[in-house]
Amino acid sequence: MELLPTIWFIAIAVLWTGYLFLEGFDLGVGMLMKIFARNDTERRVLLNTVGPVWDGNEVWLLTAGGATFAAFPLWYASLFSALYLPLLVVLLALIFRAVAFEYRGKVDTDSWRSRWDWAIALGSFFAAFGVGAALALTTTGLPLNANGDREGGPMAWFSGYALLGGAAVVGFSLLHALAFLALKTDGDVRHRARRWFVRLLPVLLLPIAAWALAIQFMDGKPWTWAAVVLAVGAAATAWLLARKGSEGRAFLALGAFLVLGTTAIFGAVFPVVLPSTLDSAFDLTISNASSSDYTLGLMSIVAAVGLPLVIAYQAWTYWVFRRRVSAAHIPEAHSFLPAVAAKAFTIKG
Amino acid sequence: MDALEIARWQFGITTVYHFMMVPLTIGLGLVVAVIQTAWYRTGKPEYLRMTKFWGKLFLINFIMGVATGIVQEFQFGMAWSEYSRFVGDVFGAPLALEALLAFFVESTFLGLWIFGWKQLKPAIHLACLWVAVIGSALSAYFIIVANSWMQHPVGVEMVNGRPVMTDAWAVFTNNTALVAVPHTLFGALAVAGGFLLGIAWYHLWRRRHDGVDTVGADGRAIPGEDARIPGRDRADYSVWIRSLRIGAVVAMISFAGTAVTGDLQGKLMFQQQPMKMAAAEAACHDGTGFSVLSVGNVGSKNCDDVVAVIEVPGILSFLAKGDFTTEVKGVNSLLPEYKEKYGTNLPDNPIYGDRAGQEIQYVPVMEVTYWGFRMMIGFGGLAALAALVALWITRKGTVPESRWLMRLAVFGILAPFGANAAGWIFTEMGRQPFVVAPNPDPSGIDQVFMFTAAAVSPGVSAGELIASLVALTAVYAVLLVVEVKLLVKYIRGGVVSAMPELAHAPADENEDRTPGDDGTGEARAADDVLAFAY
Repeated sequence: MELLPTIWFIAIAVLWTGYLFLEGFDLGVGMLMKIFARNDTERRVLLNTVGPVWDGNEVWLLTAGGATFAAFPLWYASLFSALYLPLLVVLLALIFRAVAFEYRGKVDTDSWRSRWDWAIALGSFFAAFGVGAALALTTTGLPLNANGDREGGPMAWFSGYALLGGAAVVGFSLLHALAFLALKTDGDVRHRARRWFVRLLPVLLLPIAAWALAIQFMDGKPWTWAAVVLAVGAAATAWLLARKGSEGRAFLALGAFLVLGTTAIFGAVFPVVLPSTLDSAFDLTISNASSSDYTLGLMSIVAAVGLPLVIAYQAWTYWVFRRRVSAAHIPEAHSFLPAVAAKAFTIKG
Repeated sequence: MDALEIARWQFGITTVYHFMMVPLTIGLGLVVAVIQTAWYRTGKPEYLRMTKFWGKLFLINFIMGVATGIVQEFQFGMAWSEYSRFVGDVFGAPLALEALLAFFVESTFLGLWIFGWKQLKPAIHLACLWVAVIGSALSAYFIIVANSWMQHPVGVEMVNGRPVMTDAWAVFTNNTALVAVPHTLFGALAVAGGFLLGIAWYHLWRRRHDGVDTVGADGRAIPGEDARIPGRDRADYSVWIRSLRIGAVVAMISFAGTAVTGDLQGKLMFQQQPMKMAAAEAACHDGTGFSVLSVGNVGSKNCDDVVAVIEVPGILSFLAKGDFTTEVKGVNSLLPEYKEKYGTNLPDNPIYGDRAGQEIQYVPVMEVTYWGFRMMIGFGGLAALAALVALWITRKGTVPESRWLMRLAVFGILAPFGANAAGWIFTEMGRQPFVVAPNPDPSGIDQVFMFTAAAVSPGVSAGELIASLVALTAVYAVLLVVEVKLLVKYIRGGVVSAMPELAHAPADENEDRTPGDDGTGEARAADDVLAFAY
């Protein structure tokens, strides 16, 4: 077993877990804009709980992608090219979502806001679904040939696992967002989020549990089975804590569920990073897909310094914006006051 | 069109588009940080207004750069999997480091800046913007290190047919990158300079047009007030005249910067990619003259039709070597050298797909390189000249009443954007037919190169690429319209559009809060959960 590729396998698992933990709730909040919030003020409460942080959260995805490129170029190349269309959907979803966050409040009309609300909700949904599908497929396999290229056309990646993985991340994100809103808001939104959390937890965690179990039956090791059991325990704890009204602890327990779940999944497939469903001889593993030890060593040094730093200043951001947001805090949408008439560019004036 | 052509169009369109937003982000970010620093130090209300107004436009643009940036990172793997496999060991690292060391910093601290006006003490709030600005400059550095390795591979050796990094220092201090980074940063500042100049000109013009400002007998501006419209007071006049002057000075300095660094870059490029520079000149034969105008079928591959109409002797030699006499090799003498070194036909290797065995076209598309090079310099120079003229015209404190001059200033905003785009199109198209150009230094790694024809994803169909090309282009076009409309709306609205408090409260209430009065930070945070809200 090679040390550096193993370290980077773990690093990439950590980056994906970080991504799902952080962007999980802002993707979920995005989806809840359309199914949870009852009016514009509530939508703005939701939006402003993630306002200062969602962009920083999304960088975890970029870093996971970039680190995969640097540490396992063959994994990156095969996975991303094989999943061309689903990743295109993810990209479009992320583009609309990002622009919508920033532009939604920039014009004071209902139709403008409504359009961007849909962009946030659908963008969040498709981004979560697509990322989930991609992650599931990298654990269950794609029809790759000896060169690592997809055989069988543009939709050859499609399988039940794609749907399962998509549902898993969508479900988890929704639940995580409910826990986050219960923790970050006040008033009606807070209480409703907690009620929804308690009621929906079993349903929303079902697909991610099914994915984790399916992987265990395929490649499970004793210690990854143990992680699954602990994850179930964490989910039960989160449920009990939420019912009791301990919002902060429920949020952390759900976080523990995520960490244990991804550990169980990534741990089970190790050392394979992307199996081929055509021939296991074509499987990409940490040995045949990785960069040289020199590159991995360099990256290890930088990551050992950089990643704790990132975690520290992102944690500080959450501390700065730690106060609960409620409807009372939402300022009125100011109507726009143009200082000058809009006629400067007409020909006569 | 086959998959390769479509993938190239997609990369070109998405990258040029992305790089409309990025230079404005980098340049305007720095300008806003300097202005906010001025506010922090002096407490003058016009600096706060400038920070808020230019900061608002900065954010409207910033988000588009973020949104289109993700596409850039993903499409290497999606559309260019063979490229990713070939270069991953060395090219992936700067991309990963860009995300880890630059994007995190940029996004996180910008979030703090946007929402933290009241939660953070003024000094810390200002520091957050500076950190974000440094993050965006760092990201430029990392991505240019990656690009420079494609222009001039260093620090690697070939292992099993793939370049493997052996010297990270060489990769991260590639001389190509060390000149390209300042060149790009100055190019970004030029965009910001033109942006400030054009918009400030419009507002000064508007104030004169509406009779708010007048001109005295000596030609000097007499700032006035219009009590009916919030924010159109004397401080508003200061906002625009200062912005105009800052913009003009930034535009001139940055043009000088791009000229000096561009000259260094050109001299390197004559050594590292002689064919690119010959094609930039449409220089078919060896010589010393710089072509001011060449006509004929410059796209022709055999060079026979190109006629230099106006040529300045010696200048080409100066651009390449720093003297006026050294003969610079033209396309006709370079072509046999390339053919001898790198072959006449694409090798019979499955990596080339249907393209295996095709004749290799070593001469880039000369219309593009020739005119790209000239448009870059032309637009850049024009903008700098216009900035100089603008400073002269406004020396007595305001702009003339001419509507056409105002329009010229506003549309002049586009010139530095054009220069940036032309420069990148030139350098990327000029590198063809290579995606990784061979390094001709006698360093022993001149076999590290890759033809673009080998780089595309073999498993991805032309249909998928068409789908993404159409979808991305359509979405980008729609979003460009949205962004420009929003920018225009906020620009026309003036400072009050970014500072609604100017309309709601007595003008001074907010501005009296000088940046230095800390110690109340905690108390203030208790009142303001949301200093800014989406």
